[in-house]
Amino acid sequence: MSILKATNLTKKFGDFKALDGVNIEVNEGEVFGFIGPNGAGKSTTIRILLGMLKATSGEAKIFGKDVWQDAVDIHKRIAYVPGDVNLWPNLTGGEVIDLFVKLRGGNNKNRREELIERFNFDPSKKCRTYSKGNRQKVALIAALASEAEIYIFDEPTSGLDPLMERVFQEYVLEAKQAGSSVLLSSHILSEVEKLCDRVGIIRQGKIIESGSLNDMRHLTRSNMIVQTKKPMDGLAQLSGVHSVEETGDETIFQVDTDAMESVIEFVSRHGVIKLESAPPTLEDLFMRHYETDAQSGGDS
Amino acid sequence: MSERFAKTGLLTRFILKRDRFRLSLWVIGIWFFTIIVPLAFESLYPSQSERDMMADTMNNPAMIAMVGPADLSNYTIGVMTSHQMLLITAVVVGLMSILLVTRYTRTDEEDGKLELIQSLPVGRLSTLNATIIVLVVTNVILAVITAIGLSVLGIESVDVSGSILYGATLGATGILFAMITAFFAQITESSRGTIGLSITVLLGAYLLRAIGDVSVEALSWISPLGWVPMTEIYANNDWWPIFLMLGLAIIFFIAAYYFNSIRDLGSGMLPARKGKIHASRSLQSPIGLAFRLQRTGTIAWAVGMIVLGATYGSVFGDLESFFEGNEIFIEMLSIDGGTTYTEQFIAILMVIVALFATIPPIMNVIKLYNEEKKGRIGHLLSRSVSRYQLLMSFLIISIINAFLMVSLTAIGLWAAGDAVVEGGLDFWNIYGAALAYYPAMLFFIGLAVLFVGFKPRFSSIVWIYLFFSFIVLYFGELFQFPEWIGKLSPFGHIPGMPIDEFELLPIIWLTVGAMLLMIIGALGYRRRDIQE
Repeated sequence: MSILKATNLTKKFGDFKALDGVNIEVNEGEVFGFIGPNGAGKSTTIRILLGMLKATSGEAKIFGKDVWQDAVDIHKRIAYVPGDVNLWPNLTGGEVIDLFVKLRGGNNKNRREELIERFNFDPSKKCRTYSKGNRQKVALIAALASEAEIYIFDEPTSGLDPLMERVFQEYVLEAKQAGSSVLLSSHILSEVEKLCDRVGIIRQGKIIESGSLNDMRHLTRSNMIVQTKKPMDGLAQLSGVHSVEETGDETIFQVDTDAMESVIEFVSRHGVIKLESAPPTLEDLFMRHYETDAQSGGDS
Repeated sequence: MSERFAKTGLLTRFILKRDRFRLSLWVIGIWFFTIIVPLAFESLYPSQSERDMMADTMNNPAMIAMVGPADLSNYTIGVMTSHQMLLITAVVVGLMSILLVTRYTRTDEEDGKLELIQSLPVGRLSTLNATIIVLVVTNVILAVITAIGLSVLGIESVDVSGSILYGATLGATGILFAMITAFFAQITESSRGTIGLSITVLLGAYLLRAIGDVSVEALSWISPLGWVPMTEIYANNDWWPIFLMLGLAIIFFIAAYYFNSIRDLGSGMLPARKGKIHASRSLQSPIGLAFRLQRTGTIAWAVGMIVLGATYGSVFGDLESFFEGNEIFIEMLSIDGGTTYTEQFIAILMVIVALFATIPPIMNVIKLYNEEKKGRIGHLLSRSVSRYQLLMSFLIISIINAFLMVSLTAIGLWAAGDAVVEGGLDFWNIYGAALAYYPAMLFFIGLAVLFVGFKPRFSSIVWIYLFFSFIVLYFGELFQFPEWIGKLSPFGHIPGMPIDEFELLPIIWLTVGAMLLMIIGALGYRRRDIQE
C-alpha cells in the first residue's frame, strides 16, 4: 500500500523548471532512497511534499491526503529532518528539541534522553556554538523522538561522523521494523545501499530510474576479475562485454547480466585460475546514468 | 617578542581596506553632526537673552541627568554646544569603538576567519594589535578633524583651544572604549558577550554619572563618562579628564594583550555558562517562540520609549516662556486662540511619539519574514503548525506590542511632564491623545502583514511609508504643507488631540482597513511558497 505518492509533479520558479513531471511512490514499511546530484530537485520535491512549496502542476498525496491542503493533518504523522539545519542562536539545543517535539504533538521523555545519549549530544549549549553536525543532531533527535508513520530525511548525515552515521542507520532500521516508512534523500550512496529497499534517481528535475536495487542491478553489469592460463583472445569482441582492462596477469571487465552465461562459458575454456565477480555498486549505477546523460547532453 | 606581532602591518592594511567605507561613514557622520549643531544653535538662539532662556529650560534634574552639568550662567553658543552635545556624542563614539573592535576580534574568531589567519605566519597578538592600531588611528583622525572643523566655524565662543579639547575628548573616549572592548573580547567566548558586556559598561557609566550629576556627586567621579563634562569646554578647558581616560585605557590595553597572549584560540577567560537543557512550558508553542525570540529587543524598546516620553515631558515646565521667545516654534505651532503653547506642543508630540512607537510592532511582523530568510520557518511548518497559526503568533505579539509601546511613551511623557508643570498634567488628556493613534498603528501593522503575505522582499516599503509619514506630519507643520499631504499618511487622519476634537469616524475606518489588510495578507501567506 502506498503511503506517499507523487504524480507528475512540476515546479517552476519563474522560467526555471525545477521539477519536470516527478513520480515517486513510497510504500508502507519501506525505505525509499532518493538520490541525485546537487540541484537535481531532491529538496524541491521534499519541500512540495511538506506543503512549503506549491506544485505548479501534478499531484502529491501522503496518507491519501493532499500535501498542500491538509499539510497540518499530515504533519502530525510525519517527521522531517532538513539537510541544512538552521537554528535560533540564542536558544539551547535542549530547548529547541523540546519545542520541536511539542509542536509536532506527543512527548516521550525517555526516548529523548536515550537519543541524546546515543548521539552523544550536549543539549545545554546555545545553538550558535553548534557545528553543522551538532545542528543536524538536534533535528534528528527531535524527529526520531516522535513515532512517525513516515520519516522524511533530506541528506541527514552530511555533517555526521561515521560513528554517528551508524547510530542514525540503526534508528532507520528500527523505524522500518516498527512498520514506518522512510524517504531518505542522500549523497552517501553506501548508506542508501545499506538501508533502502527501493531507489529513485533524479536528474535535472526528472526521475530517470526507479525500482528495487535488485531490479536495477539486473538491468546493468557486473564487474569481473579473471586470471586464466591461456590468454583470452577475442574477449573484447564478445557481445555483452565492456571496458576490458589488462593489469599484469589479471583481466578486468564488465558483463551485461543477460550475457553472463555465454561469457562464463568462454572464460572457462581458457583454464580459470581466479574468478571474482561483484555486483555493481549503487555508485556504478549512479555514475552510469550520470555519464550517459552527460554524453548525450554533449552530443546534442 | 616581535614574533608575536608578526605581520601586524599587513593585517592593519587589510582591516583598513576591508572596512574603509564603514570607518569613513562613522567618522564623517559623527564629525558632521558635531559641526552642524553650533551652526544651528547660532541661528536658533542669536541673542544672549534667548540662550539664557534655553539655559533656564536646561536647568532641571531631567535635563542634567541626560546631558550633564554646565556653567548655565555663562551660556554661550560654545558652552551650549559642549553642554548639549559632547556627552551624547562621546557615547556614540564609544559605541563606534565597541562595535568595530568586536567586529575585528571576536566576530572573526567566532566565524573561524581568525583560525585561517592564525594558521599563516602571523603573530598571536597581531590581530588584536592591528585592531588597536586601526581604532587609535580612527579616533585620532576623528579628534583632529573635529578640532579643525569646530575651529573654522567662525563662531566667537567656539574658540581654537576649546575645539582642540572637544576633539580630544571624543577621541579619548573612543580609545578608552576600544581598549575596554578589546579586554572583554578576551574575557568572553562570543561576539555577543563582548558587545553585551562593553555596552553594559558604556550605559552603566552613563547612568552612574546621571545619578552623580543630579544627586550623589561621587558617582560622577568613578564613571569615565562623568569625566566628560568636567572638561568644561569653551569655559575652563580642563585637560586632566583626557589624561585620566588615557591612563585607564592603558590599563585595559595591557590586560587585553596579556590575556590574549595566554588564552586558547576560540576560548575566553570566563567559561561559557551552561544553558537550559529543557524548554520551559512558555517556549513550547509558536507564539511562545515568537515572543522569546523578540523578548530582549522588546524590553530594550520599552525602556527606550519610556525615556523618549520622559525626555519630551521634562521640557514642559518652561515651555510657555520658551516658546514666547522663539519665532520658529511659534510658526510651527500655527497659533490659534484659546489653546496654550503646551497643548499645541503636545498635539505635535503625540504624532511623533506614535510614529516612533510604530517601529517595534512593524519589526515584530517583519521578523516572520526574517525567520524565513534564515531558514528556520521550515522547522515549524513541517510540524503541525499551520501558516495561519504561525502568522497569528507574530501578529498578536505585534498588536499587543503596539499598544504597549504607545502606552509606555505616553505614561513616560505624562509622568515627567506632571512633575515639572505647575499644577500637573491631566493623565487621561495625554494618554487619550496618544492612544487615538493606535488605529493608525494597526493600519501600518496590517500593511506589514500584507507585504509579508504577498511580496516579502518589498517589505522595506513599509519603512519608507513610515518615514514619509514622519516627514509630512512633522515638517508639514513647520513648512505649512497643504492639509491633503498629511492625509496621505494614516496618521494624518487621526484628530490631533488635545487641540482637535475627538472624531470617531477615522478611528473606525482605519481599524476596519487595518483588519482587512491583515486578513488579505494572511490569505496571501497561506498561498505563497516558503522561500528557504
